[in-house]
Amino acid sequence: MPVCAMSIALNSLTDVKRILETVLLAQSHPLSTGELRKVFQDELSAEFLRKALDELKQDWEGRGVELTLVAEGWRFQTRPEYQVFLDRLNPEKPPKYSRATLETLAIIAYRQPVTRGDIEEIRGVAVSSQIIRTLEERGWIETVGHRDVPGRPALYATTQRFLSDLNLRDLSELPPLPEVAKEELLPVQSIDPLDHSSQ
Amino acid sequence: MPERVATASNPAPAAEPAPRARVLGEDWIDLPQDLYIPPDALEVILDAFEGPLDLLLWLIRRNNIDVLDIPMAELTSQYMEYVEAMRQHRLELAAEYLVMAAMLIEIKSRMLLPRPEKVEEGQPEDPRAELVRRLLEYEQIRLAARNLEALPQLGRDFQPVSVAIEKLAVQRLPQVRAEDLLAAWGGILKRSHMSRHHRVGRQELSVREHMSRILKTLRTGTFSLFSELFPARGGRAELVVTFLALLELVREQLVEIVQTAPYAPIHARLCHVDRPQ
Repeated sequence: MPVCAMSIALNSLTDVKRILETVLLAQSHPLSTGELRKVFQDELSAEFLRKALDELKQDWEGRGVELTLVAEGWRFQTRPEYQVFLDRLNPEKPPKYSRATLETLAIIAYRQPVTRGDIEEIRGVAVSSQIIRTLEERGWIETVGHRDVPGRPALYATTQRFLSDLNLRDLSELPPLPEVAKEELLPVQSIDPLDHSSQ
Repeated sequence: MPERVATASNPAPAAEPAPRARVLGEDWIDLPQDLYIPPDALEVILDAFEGPLDLLLWLIRRNNIDVLDIPMAELTSQYMEYVEAMRQHRLELAAEYLVMAAMLIEIKSRMLLPRPEKVEEGQPEDPRAELVRRLLEYEQIRLAARNLEALPQLGRDFQPVSVAIEKLAVQRLPQVRAEDLLAAWGGILKRSHMSRHHRVGRQELSVREHMSRILKTLRTGTFSLFSELFPARGGRAELVVTFLALLELVREQLVEIVQTAPYAPIHARLCHVDRPQ
């Protein structure tokens, strides 16, 4: 028998939290505040909703699953420290991105919006279309416009999905760009910048 | 096989390796021994460089060069060795490295020239400044890329959690109630009734037989009602045959039909009943 929706009191924090928990657990993608308010037919104030979400987040403290707010909204996710156990169920490792792909992503993330030319200028090599396509297919970058210069090159920026997938809320949460003082390029014997054992 | 061994130990002159570099008018078959890594290692690692800046940074680190005071001559010549090796193996890669080589040589030649004596504002610009700026910027991005990769990543370091609800996990199937079954059965019965075969049979109805029957009926009384001559439960065919029989009896003057007034009841009687009288 369906539970009568009217028997749930919208002013009860416990009830609201339980609804939020159910709705969020039933989705694998983040739910924005707007979507969550729709669940209550916009009858909840933003403050009350936020209070319920914060409390729900606290309720889940100390468990293997946590409630987090990322760029796209609220989502339940496993805590990174338990990934090693999940990996044992699925031993296939996700493929790693090449250095070229990661450097391209870093340039777009920190210098956005950028054109291919900007990326090539910083990296000193041509950007292969494959790299751009890989990042676009992942949903991490998108074209946000065109620079008003001859050829009207596409301007790339990172997406909300990129931030969510890295567990971030906005661009300001990206790790700060490393300060590379000129002195730091001075010889450092212990560092091999290539990470390979070239005798 | 002896022949094959002989061939192998005596390579044809054409198979002689092409010179790797031409230095001071002299062909260098082998890379110089004072290179920082042996040539075969070089071939392997060239793929690992992300571009000329990457290679330069690596050379600078390897050679303990102060980036603020790059010895252009040394760096350029080493860089050229790599580019030369690269050109032989991955020609398509070489273009970007050659651009960098040209830039290095330009810086080198500008450093050889005497600097302008009087510069209005401050220090004369070091021709290496732009190279240093690009190297630093690239190094920054290189480190930033490493930091980005170190961040926890959805699907790699943590997973989205979702409870498998019926909507997602199982295809929803239609619900069936007992009443639906009953209605379905009723429908089957109704249709079976309609699809029943209709058998067309041939009923032998003899006009003569009905003529006899009418005569027998009329024999009992003087007049009979016309309508009573027709069998009450007969089908349409039987009525038609009865009528035909009656007409036939009239034509054969065995029966006569009488109606005393318009719309009055019609009577029939045997003809020969009268004659004896």
